[in-house]
Amino acid sequence: MSNQNLHRREAVNETTSTFPFRELIMLTAVALAVGAVFLFMGPAYSTRMMVEASCYAILALGLTIQWGYGGQFNAGVMGFVALGGFSAMTFTVPVNQAFWDSDLPGQLGMALLWIIIAIAVVIGASRLHRIGIPKRLRTVITVVLGIVLYMVAITHFREVADQIESQAGFIGGFGLPVWVGWVIGGALAGGVGYFIGHICLGLRSDYLAIATLGIAEIIKAFLKNADWLTRGTATVSPLPWPVPGPAELGFTLARAAYLSVTALMIVAFFILLQRAHNSPWGRMIRAIRDNEVSSAAMGKNINRRRLEIFVLGCILIGIGGAALGSFNSIFDPQGFLPLNHTFLVLVMVILGGPGNNFGTILGAVAVYIIWVMSEPLALWLMEIMANVGHNNFGWELPSNLESRALQARVLVIGLLITIVLRVAPKGLLPEKVKHHG
Amino acid sequence: MNEFVFFINNVVIAGSVTGSIYAIGAVGITLVFSIMRFAHFAHADMMTFGAFMVLLLTTMFPGAGAALGIPTAIIMLPLAIILTALLAVTIDRIFYRPLRAHGVKPIVMVIGSLGVTLILQGLIRLFAGTGGQSLYVDDRKEIFRIAVPIEGVRMPVVITEPQLYLFALTILAVIGLHLFLSRSRLGKAMRAMSDNPDLARASGINTNMIVAVTWILAGGLAAIAGTLLAMDVTFKPDLSFHILLPIFAAAIVGGVGQPFGAIAGGFVVGFAETLAVFNWNVLLRPFRDSMPTWLELPSNLAFVGTEYKIVVPFFILVAILVWRPTGIFKGKVI
Repeated sequence: MSNQNLHRREAVNETTSTFPFRELIMLTAVALAVGAVFLFMGPAYSTRMMVEASCYAILALGLTIQWGYGGQFNAGVMGFVALGGFSAMTFTVPVNQAFWDSDLPGQLGMALLWIIIAIAVVIGASRLHRIGIPKRLRTVITVVLGIVLYMVAITHFREVADQIESQAGFIGGFGLPVWVGWVIGGALAGGVGYFIGHICLGLRSDYLAIATLGIAEIIKAFLKNADWLTRGTATVSPLPWPVPGPAELGFTLARAAYLSVTALMIVAFFILLQRAHNSPWGRMIRAIRDNEVSSAAMGKNINRRRLEIFVLGCILIGIGGAALGSFNSIFDPQGFLPLNHTFLVLVMVILGGPGNNFGTILGAVAVYIIWVMSEPLALWLMEIMANVGHNNFGWELPSNLESRALQARVLVIGLLITIVLRVAPKGLLPEKVKHHG
Repeated sequence: MNEFVFFINNVVIAGSVTGSIYAIGAVGITLVFSIMRFAHFAHADMMTFGAFMVLLLTTMFPGAGAALGIPTAIIMLPLAIILTALLAVTIDRIFYRPLRAHGVKPIVMVIGSLGVTLILQGLIRLFAGTGGQSLYVDDRKEIFRIAVPIEGVRMPVVITEPQLYLFALTILAVIGLHLFLSRSRLGKAMRAMSDNPDLARASGINTNMIVAVTWILAGGLAAIAGTLLAMDVTFKPDLSFHILLPIFAAAIVGGVGQPFGAIAGGFVVGFAETLAVFNWNVLLRPFRDSMPTWLELPSNLAFVGTEYKIVVPFFILVAILVWRPTGIFKGKVI
């Protein structure tokens, strides 16, 4: 413990200089990198990259709240991104008349009602001991009733789902404005986060990581296979944009307009988070993270604050995921990969500095550029090596260099995580710890 | 009786196959968990690495197995075990030991192991490509169809060659592990360190040595599990990443730090998976005529569709974490 305190003291001394040298250096470096991409890859490509980077920055802000402020490790970012994307799809895609004109909505409603009744009955059965039934008997009754009712409800539901798939394809959208889909995406992710947090936040941090990893896989499995709701692997496109699309403005201009929307969101979130960070609430959160026992002794409700932090982060991740989904203009449940959506965001946060909002945003842009650019760089390197080998040693050239070069991204991200943990465990822009007295 | 054979093929055999693979994987996880005290996410990729080494060696010497009459992959397995154990120790030296020396929290070690996961996955994909490849490079996978000597049974019990090797190797590994942990000095020292690291250090146990032995064991077991999995299906770079969750579930179900709990947990999770996706209607078919007419059973009586297989271990995991965090064998909640 004393060692750790010493460490913190040093970090404080480092960051007390009034002029923000580190921030300036990093800002310049990122700006130079962005400029270089614009120069070499053209404006259409670069604006697309910047929009994606900005969506990832929102995701990273969400994770930095959870990991940097709260010390909770969420390894299921992908799941919340998928929820956001799903909501952006469902609420903004035009209404599917084939579904609403038939008698399917009524049937679906009945099936859902069945499920709700079954859940209520099982919950009721689990309370039977209150009217004097022995606990052992109660457990048996609950389990048997649960299995039977589950079977009945799920069978009923499967029939309706099959009918929807065969007659109407899928439920379709609600044709609402794009921002509604985004807001609901955040709410949905927050709701699921609340549910998970309720179960898992009392556990040790490793277990939370495993649990969230599992939740993300479950959400993906559901979205992939619930064809009646999401069209599954058939994918839905195009998703509407909040700004005029490329058809009206051309690629570069439309993407620039989209970028301005996401940038505005980032600014808004940044200001809100900074204020929260400097408020008494933010102080309490940091106190809990740094010393849980003494904060509990001061009367802080630790589990409640943790839940708040977790849900808040999930909401941001949901909104970021929705923005990312709308921008891609296609909803493909299989496109949600732990690699892209969980680990990439994780690297952005730990490289930028967990708990430092400005650092996280810069880290997001920097890591996204590294992620995107490592493929052409690897291809270039591999081609050079292959050619040298071919000319000097008579190597046979493998035909799938491109697809292999793509895998270099994975390697680079892994190396980044381990190097940052070794060299700068607090990130390039560490969180500023104010030192009173 | 045909239905019963169907049950044997689809639940008993399939469940023991996945169960054995989960069990061997979970032992490695639980050993690392109890000695180093963090959830080692890169374990699944160590499995893939082991299988990849076998694949490499098999393509280099495809004829080695034919001379002895066993698959080449099995002959190459000991070499792959050594290589994977070496890799595990090297990874520890390069990535985990400096972090340990800094005294970081376990969660930082977990993040470090995520980094290692990605590095391994990236390297394997760079060299092996992303497609699937069979570990049976030159010879054929043998499939035994054992006819059941009962009249009226047309369906044979089907078991493949790699599955037989899998059962044999699992039994061998479990016996070996038991002997090592209960008889040898090192094994006893390992258990002591898992129970109380400070006390173990104070009583003169060389902790660096124990850490190295743990990695060798974990790496070797990972190589076995990965190779057997890849032999049963095909080798793919992301193959074992999908069984990461089930093996964590198995380790936690069995109780963290309990190697034999992990084995039991592996089988629990494996059988739970196969039972959950099994269509119970098949077993009820012979009784259909004697059932009351008002009871119309649906054609699909499986608890979840096969597409939701990944959900099952997770539910077990959460249920255990909520109701009995120490697992069935009273492990530690570190």
